[in-house]
Amino acid sequence: MTKYPRLPWKTVRRGDIFNMDLLKFFTAGSVDDGKSTLIGRLLYDSESILADQLEALQQSNRKNDDGTIDLAILTDGLKAEREQGITIDVAYKYFQTDRRKFIIADTPGHIQYTRNMVTGASNSDLAIILVDARNGVVEQTIRHSFLVSLLELKHVVVCINKMDMVAYSEDVFNSIREAYAAIAVKLNLKEVTYIPVSALKGDNIVNKSDKMSWYDGKSLLDHLETIEVNEAVLSHQARMPVQWVIRPQTDELHDYRGYAGRILSGSFHVNDKITVLPSGIRSEISKIETDFSEQDEAQSGMSVTLHLKDNIDIGRGDILVNTSHEPLVSQEIEADLCWMDTRPLDSSIMYLIQHNSKVTKCKIREILHKVNINTLEKIDTDSFQLNDIGRIVLKTAESLAFDLYQDNKLNGGAILIDPRTNLTVGALMFRANAG
Amino acid sequence: MNKQDTTYLDQLEAEAIYILREVAGQFEKPALLFSGGKDSITLVRLAEKAFRPGKFPFPLVHIDTGHNFPETITYRDNMISRIGEKLIVGYVQDSIDQGKVIEQTGKNASRNALQTVTLLDTIAENKFDACIGGARRDEEKARAKERIFSVRDEFGQWDPKRQRPELWNIYNGRIHKGENVRVFPISNWTELDVWNYIRREKIELPSIYFAHEREVITRNGQLMAAAEFLNMDHEDHIERKNVRFRTVGDMTCTAAVESDADQIDDIIEEIKFSKISERGARMDDKVSEAAMEDRKKGGYF
Repeated sequence: MTKYPRLPWKTVRRGDIFNMDLLKFFTAGSVDDGKSTLIGRLLYDSESILADQLEALQQSNRKNDDGTIDLAILTDGLKAEREQGITIDVAYKYFQTDRRKFIIADTPGHIQYTRNMVTGASNSDLAIILVDARNGVVEQTIRHSFLVSLLELKHVVVCINKMDMVAYSEDVFNSIREAYAAIAVKLNLKEVTYIPVSALKGDNIVNKSDKMSWYDGKSLLDHLETIEVNEAVLSHQARMPVQWVIRPQTDELHDYRGYAGRILSGSFHVNDKITVLPSGIRSEISKIETDFSEQDEAQSGMSVTLHLKDNIDIGRGDILVNTSHEPLVSQEIEADLCWMDTRPLDSSIMYLIQHNSKVTKCKIREILHKVNINTLEKIDTDSFQLNDIGRIVLKTAESLAFDLYQDNKLNGGAILIDPRTNLTVGALMFRANAG
Repeated sequence: MNKQDTTYLDQLEAEAIYILREVAGQFEKPALLFSGGKDSITLVRLAEKAFRPGKFPFPLVHIDTGHNFPETITYRDNMISRIGEKLIVGYVQDSIDQGKVIEQTGKNASRNALQTVTLLDTIAENKFDACIGGARRDEEKARAKERIFSVRDEFGQWDPKRQRPELWNIYNGRIHKGENVRVFPISNWTELDVWNYIRREKIELPSIYFAHEREVITRNGQLMAAAEFLNMDHEDHIERKNVRFRTVGDMTCTAAVESDADQIDDIIEEIKFSKISERGARMDDKVSEAAMEDRKKGGYF
């Protein structure tokens, strides 16, 4: 086995690990774009593959034409996929460098797996879009980019792969970059970075390639380690859905009543004025608990227990928000819908909508259009098939307290559940109050 | 909040607590599967953070193969008395006595595979609709595709093609009668994350995780603790070595590594530079490349 040299950033400093943050990204590309190879290369070159995994890899029958290990096997997890040689689901992979921890959602790029891409994108801060240098921008590049814009991912890295097959040509790279830039404008993708790579050969993945001296940007890993992904979340939107009410009901904690949940956005402070939605009852925060102790303040991302000054009837499904910036409250909502079930959308039946901790019945009041995700044309339709994406208006049995997806992803996204099968059949991104 | 203000361990912890509270909110009769290993011990700490000063909204369930390390059982019983929560034990021996499973014979006999039956019976008897487990996606590549909420049919089977998409932080736990959901709150943690968390939280572990002198034999290139359950014969040569265990399963299938790491800091350093992944010390995965996937489909945890 080839021993890769220790990389310069691999200097271990004890204690640093506690200060590292987490970057979640996903990769989109078609079967032949070398996506799994790219991820395999990131894991392999960053020394994130352990010896016994490597041994299993080397014993596997799949090899590249030149006899080297097929790195794609590292991410193709399931037997059926290994047989077919394609990825059919979302696989999560983990690695870390001294600067960051990474979670990769490896998602398939075939059109029939649009729903998996949407799933991977919903859980990511950044998207890597792979383009085959020999083919340039193709239909699926548009499709993947549309999904990235639909899910409101702010950071996009376009990896122009297989540069080794086009003699590491700067002209090829530039013409693909120009073609993509036009799409980015159309889809309102603001921060796009272009990197010429060869996943197979390892060029510009972890280390800068010496074959493309004309490229003065960073290697892919260097870019991923250093990019600032702090969402410009509107921190004045303080939101905490109630998941569970803690009531010990013991003698010494007779009056203890804590509302447990994770803060979606913004921050809460003791004495903040809050509103309970959808009821609209107002109160103030009396106490914030987390990690077995009391705090004056709690911020987005934290799992906490809040206490209020007044004794109000609050339960799972309610959301606590800051009174100064209340969300929309409505039973009629315009939303983008990605259909995820093999059974088509049926406007005549009642679905369930799950929005944070709240579940209520809903109906599709109107289908506005669907989108041809290869050409971005809007089409009239009366139903949605698996992987269709479009705009609908829905009506819910109970009011939802929501923000628009473009302003606040976690309080602006929801899922549809088919009560006949209990399957998750749709992803919803709220776009407007239609009430 | 500015992500630089929180460390990734805080993020992982907050996510796991969120998932545990979703289980409490969405299910009628959940349970926490407790193996005595570091991952399920971590889950117990997370549950304390999620639900204190209240009681856990679920009991702990231990599937006892009868071939445990005695240190694990001592640890389990001490922990239960400390946290004051309910423990339900399912015994593989009962399944054997009832004729539901047949004890393996031969040199490599193990009760590891048999515990699936005991687990499914325990779930059915207690009508559990959700079982929380400490599996992590970094352990093995079939697990990399496992959902946080993973629906099992009434035979306990996992169908990788019928997995529900998981969008944002929304977990759909709706099931039909007879089905149940396996929930994995620390899916996104790696082995090193768990160790770093244990260190940060000063969580006590069973002593076998730390280097100690022990009688061992070498089987199939791996060090196994010498125990009556191992069907030892004259070919097995017992030696005394300084070892520790990276996972804690049944004595028949959990291999030791030679180590002098008797402090958590040393273990973390050892893992950082280790070249064998954690499940590499589990003989049950070695059978075939698709071993884990086959066992998961059959209801293995």
